[in-house]
Amino acid sequence: MNVTAIKDLLFRIADDKLIYGHRNSEWIGIGPVLEEDIAFASMAQDEVGHAQAYYELLHQLGEAEPDQLAFMRAAGEFRCCQLVEYPTDDYAFALIRHYLFEIADKIRLQELSHSRYRPLAELAQKIAREEKYHQMHAQTFVMQLGKANEESNGRLQAALDQLYPIAFGIFEPTVHSPVLAKEQVQPLEDSLMKAWRAETEQFLRQCGLKVPSAANFIDHFGGRSGKHTPHLPGLIAEMTEVISLDPQASW
Amino acid sequence: MYGSLSVIEIDNMGRKLEEEDPRLLAEFEAKIDAGLKIEPQDWMPYEYRRQLTRMIEQHAHSEIIGALPEGTWITRAPGFKRKLALMAKVQDEVGHGQLLYAAAETLGKPREQMIADLINGKSKYSNVFNYPAVTWADTAIIAWLIDAGAIVNQVTNSKGSYGPYCRALERICYEESFHLKYGHDTVVALATGTPQQRQMVQEALNRWWEPIMHFFGPPDKMSVHTEKLVRWKVKLATNDAMRQAFLDMYVPKIWELELTLPDPNLHKDPETGKWMYTEPDWEVFRRVINGDGPCNKERLAVRRWAEEKGAWVKRALLNKNEPYVAPLV
Repeated sequence: MNVTAIKDLLFRIADDKLIYGHRNSEWIGIGPVLEEDIAFASMAQDEVGHAQAYYELLHQLGEAEPDQLAFMRAAGEFRCCQLVEYPTDDYAFALIRHYLFEIADKIRLQELSHSRYRPLAELAQKIAREEKYHQMHAQTFVMQLGKANEESNGRLQAALDQLYPIAFGIFEPTVHSPVLAKEQVQPLEDSLMKAWRAETEQFLRQCGLKVPSAANFIDHFGGRSGKHTPHLPGLIAEMTEVISLDPQASW
Repeated sequence: MYGSLSVIEIDNMGRKLEEEDPRLLAEFEAKIDAGLKIEPQDWMPYEYRRQLTRMIEQHAHSEIIGALPEGTWITRAPGFKRKLALMAKVQDEVGHGQLLYAAAETLGKPREQMIADLINGKSKYSNVFNYPAVTWADTAIIAWLIDAGAIVNQVTNSKGSYGPYCRALERICYEESFHLKYGHDTVVALATGTPQQRQMVQEALNRWWEPIMHFFGPPDKMSVHTEKLVRWKVKLATNDAMRQAFLDMYVPKIWELELTLPDPNLHKDPETGKWMYTEPDWEVFRRVINGDGPCNKERLAVRRWAEEKGAWVKRALLNKNEPYVAPLV
């Protein structure tokens, strides 16, 4: 199997999870209701824990320890999609991102569960069991707030208009995508994107939301080759503030 | 994380004790004397309900405000192990808040009203959260020693007379004991680490010592008369007794790490077995509790921001056609 291609895929997934989990953890203590603080805290732990597990697979392929991969790389070395990078103090934005990302994650995990790269397939099967609850949470809240009243529907719609094109960046292929598909490690991103699009469009309509045009989605590609929004370097600087005081020390 | 009736307020606004039905009051007190729990549907004197509501509400507020100083370090925690543990810890604290608001609601005050009273400054929370967590080492000291203090306090209070509060506290203490282990482990890593790490943790300990000494409330000789509350098992140990219990358990552990405490008079009297110390400045305590601490404004501003910013979610989730139902009342 093409190890370079597998590593590329693992970095993409692990970095997505780390940055997404990090962003969601920012809601702990300041959510709109206590139950949402707790839910976001719990899901953020899952995501950061999953990131650690994916970095561990990379470590088994000869890369550095998970802590080094997560906390000691420069922003330009990250391969996360741009969707997960955006800061937000708007719960509607956080919720819509959560929904769009979780559905993509579900579809990705379904495929990875049959990956010919066994360690990845085994991990995906394990992770899918936890992710199920994230999807349920996202769907429940998007449905309820989408249909509750004009105000909540309007807020979700505004967030969706902004985020929908950006979310396509999850499916940005890399030069390694064809070989990964050929070796049945992961299908081509295009097929994942089609499945995601079909599911999200149908569900969002049921929630009383209009699915925005995604004509300009290519604009939000770049994350998979290290081209990020200006938000990522700030996030990384904050995340590594303590550990970089002395990277050799045990914390 | 913490709740205590360390400062008693007496008000005579409601029903006075002598106006209570003497037969019901005697039955109520007999039940407490017999070690039985008072449950939400039971008769209780006005003052008992008022003090308990206030105490549990303050405890709940302390949990959610307490999530803030540590919460800001989640995004900076060094490494997976600490990041995951700190997220889980702060999540627990918010969960304790949720649990305690539910316990307080059984006394008749809705959660939304309690949160409103927190934001408008009517209702207090533990003073200790009005201090900043300046470095990573501060979060380690909070997780170890403030949670340790909370456990001393809460294990005591879990022997109280009000059923829902006792049950909530038992669950909370169980989780807090993990926080304590996490905090201790983090402090040990720093105290046995590089010179820079040792310095960080020593400075944090110096900063937190006075707030920790304040944590259990003013000395008994300065406290308001609490005989009735002791009889009703609302208050179970004096502030000084809890402070002594804490010092007895944790000062040796701090010294064991070869860390120092910023009080030259701190020692255990070999004859009485009591810890002797310099009284912390209680004027500072009063000032901070009355709103003039280093972070009071910031803490409430964040809480207010969260409430205002999230108000649309609550509006959308609430069904206007359903009246508020207090649990079990």
